[in-house]
Amino acid sequence: MSERKLVIPGDFLGDGRAGNGAYEEEGKAFAGCVGLAEEKNGLFFVIPLSGIYDPKRSDGVIGKIQDVIFSKWIVDINSPYEAVLSLADATDEFIDLTKTDMTKYFNFGDLIFAEISSVSNTKNVQLSMRNRKCRKLRGGRLLKVVPAKVPRIIGKAGSMVEMIKQMTNTQIVVGQNGIVWIKGDHEDIAIDIITMIERKSHVHGLTDQVKAALEEKMKDAPKIERKEEKYNDRHEHDQYSDSGDYGEGFS
Amino acid sequence: MELIKNGIRIDGRKLDELRPIQAAVGVLKNANGSAMFKMGNTTAVAGVFGPRKVFPKHREEAERAILRTKYNMSPFATTERNRPGTNRRSTEISMVTRQALMPLIFLEEFPKTAIDVHIEVLQADASTRCVGLNAAVLALADAGIPMRDLIASCSAGKVGENVVLDVAGKEDTEGELDLPVAYYPRKKQITLLQMDGITDSREAKEIIKLAVKGCEKIYEEQKKALRNRYKLEGDEA
Repeated sequence: MSERKLVIPGDFLGDGRAGNGAYEEEGKAFAGCVGLAEEKNGLFFVIPLSGIYDPKRSDGVIGKIQDVIFSKWIVDINSPYEAVLSLADATDEFIDLTKTDMTKYFNFGDLIFAEISSVSNTKNVQLSMRNRKCRKLRGGRLLKVVPAKVPRIIGKAGSMVEMIKQMTNTQIVVGQNGIVWIKGDHEDIAIDIITMIERKSHVHGLTDQVKAALEEKMKDAPKIERKEEKYNDRHEHDQYSDSGDYGEGFS
Repeated sequence: MELIKNGIRIDGRKLDELRPIQAAVGVLKNANGSAMFKMGNTTAVAGVFGPRKVFPKHREEAERAILRTKYNMSPFATTERNRPGTNRRSTEISMVTRQALMPLIFLEEFPKTAIDVHIEVLQADASTRCVGLNAAVLALADAGIPMRDLIASCSAGKVGENVVLDVAGKEDTEGELDLPVAYYPRKKQITLLQMDGITDSREAKEIIKLAVKGCEKIYEEQKKALRNRYKLEGDEA
């Protein structure tokens, strides 16, 4: 693969068609944002290095329930567009709306990991919980990162996040919308490492650097005894409600 | 007092010389994108927020984002304290800044949202709208807003019988004419053109040409500042 080049708006990319992050004028492609330029069969595109989250179909995102109306939940997905999760996409059970309170499933402020099932031209975003990975997130901590850097945090086929999970003994869920959920033994260390990745996102051989930093930090980390009641849901749900530090101020 | 002597101006510059430029990108923590731009003693900071939800909602547009700009001058920016808050002058500059930026931005990529640009002039020594605009463009690029190019802005004017680039200080208050220009380098178009003073069309053309030359130099500085910000990020130890 050729070296990716840093480009800024207006930079000439080449003669050809323009893809994402680029635009075309008289058969020439130009960069449309700050990012790294790439070319594939005459199609020029730019991978952006900054910007807000723009919802895309089949992205896995972490969202916060904002409102419950009729048979839908309105979900804040850290984007200018709010997402809608309808009851039918949330569960396979039959639910009689006249008898059931919807907040029993998802209440205000609950965190969910969901998949974007469609985004219309007018930016109506539909969520779905049908994917096996989709679930409610209980307890844990939230971290906000620049959405453009999410791919680096995940790594090739999930290698980076997998390494952090194993070494810090945590569960980590990374949303494409730049929200990371962390829960487990060494949450602090995992957060430090993820912010480090965000900062150094285009260093070569980042995985090795991260590994070294992780080993260094884990040396000093206190051993944590596994408690039996650790995954008691009710208990942790209570914990979440006062973890305002990361839970609040989503937008 | 003479403003120009033997082709050297009151602050020691040549007739077609810009003031020293300083630019930094990513200076504000809470903005989506930000930049500081300084030309001589004129300093402006710009912050970009969004694309974000539009409030009040009736101003929302279904097919494109709306661009909102706010130009503000700090009370301490001038030698004489100026009254804080919006006034006739700042409202006008906000508007011309917005119109200068509009042709640049792909507003249709983020329908139903607002992009807010805030420009704060911290120190004023002539050409504040140009410096503010230069900062705003860098902040927009830093915020990852899709755009066609950067815009460079600069003023030129007339002091006595001489045509000068980048009017500053006494030249602004005592000079004959001040003409700010915003320039879209790739298309070679002008997106902002104002004039304070009287001249004929031949001379006006000459002044505009000089201003455009200054803009081209500023454009290079802007590109350098923007590249620096993103290069540093990865290379630090």
